[in-house]
Amino acid sequence: MTAAGYARTLDLVTRVRGVRGAMLVSSDDGLVVAEHLMEGIKGSAVAALAASLANRLRRAMVAAGVGASVFWHLQCEQGALLVVPAASAIIVVAVAEPDVNVGLVRLELLRAAEAV
Amino acid sequence: MTTRAVEAWTLQPLVKFTKEAEARLVLLMTSAGQVMAQHGFSRAVEVMSAAALGAAIIASTAEMAKELKQPPFAALSHQGERHGIFLAGFGTPRGMLVALVVYDIEVSSVGLVQLFFEQFVADLQAACPKEGVPKQVLAADFERELSDSLKTLFGR
Repeated sequence: MTAAGYARTLDLVTRVRGVRGAMLVSSDDGLVVAEHLMEGIKGSAVAALAASLANRLRRAMVAAGVGASVFWHLQCEQGALLVVPAASAIIVVAVAEPDVNVGLVRLELLRAAEAV
Repeated sequence: MTTRAVEAWTLQPLVKFTKEAEARLVLLMTSAGQVMAQHGFSRAVEVMSAAALGAAIIASTAEMAKELKQPPFAALSHQGERHGIFLAGFGTPRGMLVALVVYDIEVSSVGLVQLFFEQFVADLQAACPKEGVPKQVLAADFERELSDSLKTLFGR
């Protein structure tokens, strides 16, 4: 996929009302592959920490014998972090408002994960 | 894992950094390879080799940047099968320092190391004594200085 392709994929996620930004992150090294973020979000910090969390969760899932993680959603006071691991060692991350339509974001993240 | 410092002001930022970035080995040195602090090394000979190699790599890349008429490269990152290496130089009131970070890729990542390294540099710059001229190590004193530093770092 080209850089323009990544941008288009992220654009579909950020079009969901309440999504402040979306990123494609290399899950192995925690670096940003592509991002579409609103001002004030530290993309590199979110990428590094989300990738670290994703790797730990993956190991926890394997240890628990429940298979690979498909989607995770962290709800916070002032927002939410939603992540879908893609097959290509990339995780698709969305940063959203606390009252975002989680179902819709999940759907777009899963589509994005399939596309990358 | 032990963390030891020749210059006491480097210890707290180093302890914080190694904990946050979950680094396996960290070496903080001057651009000449004089060791200021270390984390995780168990043998003096390993510190000596790593410091010499780290300083040499920084010197080589700085020369390459000069050839390209560019400012020195900020950081260098290598990733192997099990471990990654992150090497970067940065300025402090005591002159340029170099940090060599080795991390286990199952535990940490270059993204995490980069993220916490920015804070590590800021912490070192804040902790660095502003007064006093850094002691120059002359060639004649080099062996004694090295021996003293290694004694401090390994307690023997």
